[in-house]
Amino acid sequence: MKSFIQIYKEAKNKIVGIAAAPGIVITKAYLFNKEKIEINNGEITDIEEAKRNLEEAIAKSKKELNKIFSLAKEKMEATRAAIFEAQLMILDDPVLLSNINLRIEKERKQPEYIVNDEISKYQQLMILSHESYMAERASDIEDIKNRIIRNLQKKRWQSKIISDLIVISENLTPADTILFSRCNVQGFITDHGGLTSHAAIISRSLNIPAVVGTHNATKHIKDGDTLIVDGFHGYILVNPSQDQIDYFNNKIEKLSELQAGLKELKDKPATTTDGREITMLANVDVTGEIDLVITNGAQGIGLYRTEQVLEELGEFPSENEQARIYSNLSARVYPSPLTIRAFDIGGDKFKFFAFDEPNPFLGLRGIRLLLENITLFKTQIRAVLKASKNKNIEYMLPMVSTISEIRRAKQLIEECKKELIQEKEIFDKNIKIGIMIEVPSAALMTYELALEVDFLSIGTNDLIQYIMAVDRGNDLVSDLYQEFHPSVVRTLYHIVKEADRAHKTVSLCGEMAADTLAIPLLVGIGIHHLSISPSILPYTKRIIRSLSFEKTKKLAEACLTCSTEKEITEKLDKFFKDNSITRTRNII
Amino acid sequence: MIEKKVKIVNQAGLHTRPAATIVKLAAKYRCEFVISKDGMNINGKSIIGVMTLAAEMGSELLLTFEGEDEQQAADEISDYFNRGFDEL
Repeated sequence: MKSFIQIYKEAKNKIVGIAAAPGIVITKAYLFNKEKIEINNGEITDIEEAKRNLEEAIAKSKKELNKIFSLAKEKMEATRAAIFEAQLMILDDPVLLSNINLRIEKERKQPEYIVNDEISKYQQLMILSHESYMAERASDIEDIKNRIIRNLQKKRWQSKIISDLIVISENLTPADTILFSRCNVQGFITDHGGLTSHAAIISRSLNIPAVVGTHNATKHIKDGDTLIVDGFHGYILVNPSQDQIDYFNNKIEKLSELQAGLKELKDKPATTTDGREITMLANVDVTGEIDLVITNGAQGIGLYRTEQVLEELGEFPSENEQARIYSNLSARVYPSPLTIRAFDIGGDKFKFFAFDEPNPFLGLRGIRLLLENITLFKTQIRAVLKASKNKNIEYMLPMVSTISEIRRAKQLIEECKKELIQEKEIFDKNIKIGIMIEVPSAALMTYELALEVDFLSIGTNDLIQYIMAVDRGNDLVSDLYQEFHPSVVRTLYHIVKEADRAHKTVSLCGEMAADTLAIPLLVGIGIHHLSISPSILPYTKRIIRSLSFEKTKKLAEACLTCSTEKEITEKLDKFFKDNSITRTRNII
Repeated sequence: MIEKKVKIVNQAGLHTRPAATIVKLAAKYRCEFVISKDGMNINGKSIIGVMTLAAEMGSELLLTFEGEDEQQAADEISDYFNRGFDEL
């Protein structure tokens, strides 16, 4: 049988993107159009009719939003649903509505023109403000404006007609994804976004295949086209031939056999054939992923990215709100551990300040930003402490590059503990504190840093980026982002060795752990924990259970002598062949 | 007419949730209610208006109430500001 690579090489009907969530599906396309709404600015003759139309459109919008609002309350924390509540209130806004009605009478223009013009004025004001969250707010308003206009134009509410289809969109908003999560969507394809985009995260949590960052899928796919979506390789085939359909149907069958087999592994440990156990943890971005964490047998959460809370809310949650979110999570995974990472803002994640840093990746991000914003930092520390009653929470600091940052952060944590003791709060006084190793300076100083904290976690995405001095998002140089470059392998080896010397556990939570090719190498280097997306966890566990720790150690030693990435990947490939271990992509 | 100077004291500032609460409180009263900041005057009964205010912690606003029940409205709404929108 042909390999995937051959199939894709020969295919003329392919679209390439980033494989964002595993799985293969064949079904019809549904183009979720965020089409530019055409506004009719024509004159009207019947003012009363225009006003009636407006009233109906508003009533219809209310009905739709009420439905989303109640879904949002189920899927998100009630307070996070505030975005939708505010949108609902806009539909009742006396000032806005009376202005619109007055203008219809005076200007005698189509209501959709007046609605657009009037609401856009407010958006303009929001965008003019230099606070970054105001831009978010303006886009929330865009949502409600377009909803009213769409209802004025009596267009059907698109999200209603979807079921069992693959959704293709330029990008997806939180409101869209909330709706789709109920419509039995079979797959997601987007033009924009990467592995941490909303569509990618939601599809992993819903366990449906997704390909993101295709640049132009919305232009090449039409409503009703038949599609094959391959979320393992990041390919889409548009209107496939019978041969292609047969090939992939066969793959889907094999995949479901494999998945049935993997289910049996759920409660078994990730232990090598010679008894070395790797703790399998899950990375969690959205609360919805928790179900998958549990069903896929993760032994805890190795990375909970709190900045996601900010992205969903578009603003900073209060101490109590954060405490509630964290403590819900802690209860869900109890007694397994929950590692909460402090807000990692800055860089490409969540624009915090109005001014642009000339070089954000080398600027004020992670722990640096938190130490500059003590109130923000302490709010989170207090919330984490308040949520720690179950004693299964650990707190992790991102982007540490010096010892003094750790000491300063620990000092603040102690201050917060004292405050809470005075306030007679119950919390875990011995809460474990860890750091991310993702900066070369921290990697080189692993031993000294490890003595200051309880645990370490390697963030490979940033670490590789900083070691190779390459922006992985920049197409011009992204070839240099080599996760198997000898310098990377040697750095990982150094970190683990030094962590062992300090008797501290070290986990690895970057995308590198999602690459099956990397697994024998990481096991051989001596990593203790792996933290990965819950959807791929069973696949990784299968590989680990077929490895011999002794052999992977030798493999790692051999890789340490290499001088190019190619030599290393060849060694890894050969290792799989020599030990008759099949990579996931080759099984199916 | 009653004027009240208030200061934003909660960390998150005047975000969506307190904006909605302010408008809901104002809706209970008949008096007019205006929020002024940096030369902008916003009708406090309009959610979309209040949402255009970017008021972070430490910023000062002027609340103006005018009408028969202005006293009660001023008391309740300025109290909500002073409580840091119940987020302290």
